[in-house]
Amino acid sequence: MTAHLPVLIVVLPLAAAVIVPLISLASAKAAFAVACLTLAAAAVASCKALSHVLAHGALRYELGGWAPPWGIEYVVDPLSGGVAALIALIAVCVVVYAGPQVNGGSSARGGMFHGLFLLLVTGLLGIVLTGDMFNLYVFLEISSLAAYALLASGGIRGTVATFRYLIVGTIAATFYLLGTGYLYALTGTLNMADMAVRLTAVMDTRAYGVAVVLIVIGLAIKAALFPLHGWLPDAYTYAPAPVTGFIAAVMAKVSAYALFRVLYFVTPAEGASAQALMLLGWVSVIAVLAGSILAMAQQDIRRMLAYSSVGQMGYIVLGFALGTPAALIGSLLHLFGHAVMKGCLFLAVGGIRWRTGIYRISDYAGMGRRMPLTMAAFVVAALAMIGLPPTLGFFSKWYLLSGAVEAGAWLFVIALVLSSLLGIVYFFRVFEFAYLKAPEAGQPTPPRQELPLHMLAPILVLTAAVLVFGLLNQQVVGGIIRHALPGALAP
Amino acid sequence: MWENLSGYLNYWLAAVLLLIGLYGMLGRPNLVKKLMAMNILQVAAILFFIALAEKTGATAPIEVKGLHDVSAYVNPLPHALMLTAIVVGVSTTGVALALLIRIHRHFGTLEEPEILERMRL
Amino acid sequence: MSHYPLLAVLVSLLAAGAILLSDRRPNVREAWTFVAAAVKFLLVVSMLPTVLAGGVIEATYAELLPGWSLHLRADLFGLIFALLAAGLWILTSIYSVGYMRAGHYTHQTGYFASFAVCLSATMGIAFAGNLITFFLFYEMLTLATYPLVVHDRTEEAVAAGRKYLAYTLGAGQLLLLAIVAIAVLAPGAAFQPGGFLMGKAPLGVLGLVFVLGLIGVGAKAAIMPLHSWLPAAMVAPTPVSALLHAVAVVKAGTFGCLRLVHYVFGVDLLRAMGADTVLAVAAALTILLASVRALGEQNLKRRLAYSTVSQLSYIVLGAALGSTAAVAGAMFHIVAHGFMKITLFFCAGAIYVKTHKLEIPDLAGLGRQMPITFGAFTLGALGLAGTPLFVGFISKWNLGMGALQSGQAVFLAVFVASGILNFAYFFPIVYTAFFGRPGQAMRFDEVGAALWAPLAATAVVSLILGIYPNAGLQFYHLAWSAAESVMAGAGQALAGGGTP
Repeated sequence: MTAHLPVLIVVLPLAAAVIVPLISLASAKAAFAVACLTLAAAAVASCKALSHVLAHGALRYELGGWAPPWGIEYVVDPLSGGVAALIALIAVCVVVYAGPQVNGGSSARGGMFHGLFLLLVTGLLGIVLTGDMFNLYVFLEISSLAAYALLASGGIRGTVATFRYLIVGTIAATFYLLGTGYLYALTGTLNMADMAVRLTAVMDTRAYGVAVVLIVIGLAIKAALFPLHGWLPDAYTYAPAPVTGFIAAVMAKVSAYALFRVLYFVTPAEGASAQALMLLGWVSVIAVLAGSILAMAQQDIRRMLAYSSVGQMGYIVLGFALGTPAALIGSLLHLFGHAVMKGCLFLAVGGIRWRTGIYRISDYAGMGRRMPLTMAAFVVAALAMIGLPPTLGFFSKWYLLSGAVEAGAWLFVIALVLSSLLGIVYFFRVFEFAYLKAPEAGQPTPPRQELPLHMLAPILVLTAAVLVFGLLNQQVVGGIIRHALPGALAP
Repeated sequence: MWENLSGYLNYWLAAVLLLIGLYGMLGRPNLVKKLMAMNILQVAAILFFIALAEKTGATAPIEVKGLHDVSAYVNPLPHALMLTAIVVGVSTTGVALALLIRIHRHFGTLEEPEILERMRL
Repeated sequence: MSHYPLLAVLVSLLAAGAILLSDRRPNVREAWTFVAAAVKFLLVVSMLPTVLAGGVIEATYAELLPGWSLHLRADLFGLIFALLAAGLWILTSIYSVGYMRAGHYTHQTGYFASFAVCLSATMGIAFAGNLITFFLFYEMLTLATYPLVVHDRTEEAVAAGRKYLAYTLGAGQLLLLAIVAIAVLAPGAAFQPGGFLMGKAPLGVLGLVFVLGLIGVGAKAAIMPLHSWLPAAMVAPTPVSALLHAVAVVKAGTFGCLRLVHYVFGVDLLRAMGADTVLAVAAALTILLASVRALGEQNLKRRLAYSTVSQLSYIVLGAALGSTAAVAGAMFHIVAHGFMKITLFFCAGAIYVKTHKLEIPDLAGLGRQMPITFGAFTLGALGLAGTPLFVGFISKWNLGMGALQSGQAVFLAVFVASGILNFAYFFPIVYTAFFGRPGQAMRFDEVGAALWAPLAATAVVSLILGIYPNAGLQFYHLAWSAAESVMAGAGQALAGGGTP
């Protein structure tokens, strides 16, 4: 059983993605139940695989019995297992939040939504677990196609934004594909582990440099790294709440994971990848600052959060670029933490919009009394985004900061501190409106309109995770993340 | 120079197609033209992979009776990969067309500047 | 016993939750506050004998960062601050209930809950055993105070809240940076009397770290030029100004400053870096400039705020002087200033609730109508000016002696000058109140017992402590023992020929 876990994690949601729309023709509730159970099973499977891997070493699965490097292999190591577990757990939260009727405003019917959602989860899990460069491309496109369909279900603005995302996303995927082609031409293999061995011999060729550039650009677009972030704000803003909640939480992060995987596990440490990382470092410093500044300028709270994501992706890539153990721990912890925080924020904001129709920050007056629990969750997650103790966001920032201080990268240090300060500005603006501004004089005080339990519970679970994993961050860091570092840095 | 060009003609062609595709996707205002350019871009990638598989004088990777020399066949793997890539490309086109139909129904046009103008209203 | 510090932190945190849940029943809600305040005070007092006997009560909990756990320990210095805050919370709670009800304030549930969280954070700061624990509670205090500052929801309050956050959270980021740097230099180090950073890095690097950390704690301690949030924050209800802006928040800053100087860097390292002079000069300038500024303020609360800015720098100056008497004086001044200034703020609040007047000329003649309030005000003002027989004299005497001990008599002159300035800005208030001619024929009665009892109590305590500084909770003894412990190893590294 354990031996089949790697493929099971991917196949379960894939199979359900086909079945669920069919079941929904008969009963929306049954379809919803199947979707929930499947994702829960995938979550359990990935957690089980992760704990097995942490105890016994990496789990490899040869798809169709073809031995690598010829066949496709699926690999669960502490890194991929951890990210897979994160994706699956957040997916469970989001699917519960969406509910059978997809509260939160999808115009797609429930069954289609759940089918596409499962397909999206399949794609993301596949990207994480595959040990094959081309297979990664395929899963990248599967997840993207599912995401396009989901994002487009949020009305006409969402459709236009999605089309532009589709164009940019296809460019990104094609770049990645071409880069993979170059690597294949150089090494004759597509298996990541095999390629890593063979690349050292050819790392001085120009083709290798071109390959690294193409792959990095492709994945950086997908990860919405400034200045390649143009697609993100519109796509996040107009999509239905559960879709944005999930995509904002994990999708860009999975691309960042792929970037990490390629640059730290496939390509040799020196040469082109080191240069690419150096460049990424500078770019991410700009991303951190530009994302925060643009977030400050927004009136629509969803756009504000979207631009904040652009900045936070900068944090993650910045840690990759620094490359010291502390910085990488910070990046990976932030990858985990930001997924939880941003998921929580988008679900809360999406719920508020679904319930009250309000999405402009200036209309948030009195929201603290109208939806006290949702707003409280928003506040906790926002404080975590700013990086205040004892939340998860504080500790990931701590590691990034200490990595930057150790490396003597003072500009990075300044960027991180400034970004926190800017975060204070744009999040406290929301707090001021929600708690300190009374609703317009003369209008009756709106009644309490808290979200229904199935929407509120996932938000509160994520909020609790922000605090609990903050206090227990040493368990996460010592138990999982340290083992997920690339060979030379792992304990 | 000439040798560089003629020896790598396939790759040059792919590169040219790639640039045409990129230009069309980023530079053309019409959404359908963007989509067509996207297809050109994908074809460029496919062509690039097929060119990788090519060997001088080799035949298609389908077994010919009595011919067991591997070097007589072109590399079958890129072909297999590109089959998948074509499927991906077709699906992407399909999704994009579906989006375009919805956009056209709503706005009655597929010119991007006009759509953006009307969305601002 | 070893978990008492944690319990002292948790009791008011739990109370905050209970307060929020009893939103609709004000009497139950207030009962929670009093129960928590009493339990907290008993917990803290019960640690006193052990600590006085030279013991330390400590425990570590979840590991937060490699080598750095959530570490709570009650040592001599921490207990001074904890005793002060816990004791004054009881009085402030009585006063708060009277004040908020008399003033018909809204959002009282949020007010009392935030207050309780602030007290938890203050206990955490007092008992923090290492920098990360300190920082955790330090930021918590900042956040929990914010709702109190903006409590009125007016535009002025919101603006003050912004200013408050800009200063304190901004400085907090610099403090974080300093802590990160210290974590890199000395991983997992706990606070240690005499400091632990000597020789860990070149002096230039340590100097930079010190400056960052000092700005971090200095913003809360309102050292000039980082002080301007404090007068702005006076827009908060008066009990907030009393406990938080005279005791808990600003004292957390000075407390942090003392911790940083004497438990992280150490006075020897400070001298080697030359930072002691810089710090002392900055503090001395703050003392004088803020006093002058106070002279020009016509609003009573703002004048008190500038007086606070000035008095806080007594503590910072004492820390910088780095002789046993000066450090003891600084630590004792945390207590002394706490009792005196809270009396003055209680008085200001009582006057405001009764008369809605805070401009000093408007107070004319009120002293005869509200004798208890203005009597207490006079006692507090005399104490702050450093009159003998008042508690302010004890700390000032020690600070002055300390200045002489460390051979920097010029700072003695600063203390004397500041005393004169204190008279100069308090005397007119007292004079106007008792001998001024009221503008309109208005009669005001003395305030209710819930308001006058606490302020009378603190005034009397500041008088008693001025005569018997060790009365009751042994504050003076604690301060001297703590000062001796941090100064125990001082001078040896240099005298012994050791180079940093």
